[in-house]
Amino acid sequence: MAESLTGAPVRSRCIGEMAVVYATDYLNKLSGERIERECRLRLEEGCRALVINFRDTELVNSIGVSILLGVIDAAEGVGAQLVFSDVNTQTVELFEMLGLTKYVALAQDEQEALNTLTEFKGTGASVGH
Amino acid sequence: MQEKVQRLVHTFAALADLGQEIADPHDFLEMVRTSLHLLLGTLAIRRGAVCEYDKADQVLHFVAARGLGDEPPTDVSLDQEEVDGLLSLGLRGLEIADETPAFAQFAARHKSLLEELRIDLVVPLVVRNDLTGLVMLGGKASEEPFTAEDREVICSMARHIGVGIHTHRLLEELERRAEENRQLYDGLRGIYRDTVRAFAAAIDIKDKYTQGHSERVGKYSEIIAREMGWGDEEVEGIAIAGYLHDIGKLIVERDIINAPYKIDAKKSSELNRHPAAGYEILAPIRHPYADIPLMARHHHERIDGRGYPDGLTGDQIPIGTKIITLADSFDAMTTNRPYKTRRSLEEVVEDFRRNTGKQFDVEVVVSFCRALLKEMRSDTKHRPITKILGKDYVEPERIAPLLEALITELESGAYSQPQPVASAAHSES
Repeated sequence: MAESLTGAPVRSRCIGEMAVVYATDYLNKLSGERIERECRLRLEEGCRALVINFRDTELVNSIGVSILLGVIDAAEGVGAQLVFSDVNTQTVELFEMLGLTKYVALAQDEQEALNTLTEFKGTGASVGH
Repeated sequence: MQEKVQRLVHTFAALADLGQEIADPHDFLEMVRTSLHLLLGTLAIRRGAVCEYDKADQVLHFVAARGLGDEPPTDVSLDQEEVDGLLSLGLRGLEIADETPAFAQFAARHKSLLEELRIDLVVPLVVRNDLTGLVMLGGKASEEPFTAEDREVICSMARHIGVGIHTHRLLEELERRAEENRQLYDGLRGIYRDTVRAFAAAIDIKDKYTQGHSERVGKYSEIIAREMGWGDEEVEGIAIAGYLHDIGKLIVERDIINAPYKIDAKKSSELNRHPAAGYEILAPIRHPYADIPLMARHHHERIDGRGYPDGLTGDQIPIGTKIITLADSFDAMTTNRPYKTRRSLEEVVEDFRRNTGKQFDVEVVVSFCRALLKEMRSDTKHRPITKILGKDYVEPERIAPLLEALITELESGAYSQPQPVASAAHSES
């Protein structure tokens, strides 16, 4: 399993056809567009499964939601699967309330997200739709 | 209930962020982009745009867009009827199927664009009865229709964005007018400068032996002031003062000015009226630079109090005047006069040495010597003094050491204190 760190300061890593992008606190500012760009870049490179890890994200505000909608849009555009991992309870409730969970699967942690994606990849099913 | 509270908290937080963003418009484009994010993210709207209305070209320009494709949509032209229609609607959320005549007309004209962009709701940004732009929104991620409450939130946020655009326009207009004023002011300064130079030429034409004197005094004064570290504005002011310092000669008889011999006491007294006369001429004019009339009045004052018309001493004489005085004397010594040929530069340097602390200010003499020395040593690309005096006259190899010695001598402090003397005496110009 090859890993790489690219696109500083947005941290991400590639595992085969899957990529993990770390949201951190950038998400809640205009600079969070870098996260969206990183996701788009991974999709352009051929990744068809994305995990966004919210481990270091305390809360998601409106800017963060808008940026995540952009990521959902990009993933939909190429038929890629999207999983959010390590999302805290408050943010899960927000995503459910706003309808984001119609498009994205949620996983307890990154490993669970990767396992889920691997399983779905095996069956050819899509995630979160 | 819990969800309602959470929705309220999420909305209020977005409104607070938006208010802060609008109140601190450091970068207009960034402000609009952030505002759009906040608006879309509040209700999880999947796509949308903020357009600014350009009155001059009558087009809606897409300033920020999300979810509408990689390329921003092209500008949308509006005719006056549409603008009036949108203005009459005011700031409110209009579903695309809204049948209000003014909006139905707009929606019909731009049907293909609105369909292509998958727009569900349009909000005209009307601020102070002025169309500042338009917000276009697609559907919510939840795929639920917009509720009345949603529209309230959208309008509230759109109002903030409209005010942001309006403020930006006002600032742009303010900057444009400030720039116009700056250009106007520069133009007026140019006219003033040209007028002053015309005056200087008129003064010098009256004196056939010293043609170009005022222009040269202006130039020398400028050089000295620059060497003393003055700013551009002050340097320009001192140059103007140099051009005008002899304007009082316009009231002196041409025969006295042009006398081909050393004039007698009576005529000398008549000639000596010119500084005060110059002040009288210049005082009523509102000059863009300070103290020009006073510099004309005092350019024959001396550090030791033996000058005229007021017999000022030392620090009573402003530094600008001291610069004009030296420039004036230097030109007088280095140009041919009806009753004597010009002095050699060696003699001039000796005159500086002899009269510093009496007629001339130490700092001013040192600065002028430094400027001259720089030209002689080729430390500077421009050599305005050499250009005026002529290469052959300057003799750098012989004069440079004299200047160096004089600078060292003057900087030793020997001439720093003026020594007032009661009676009137020598002043060459």
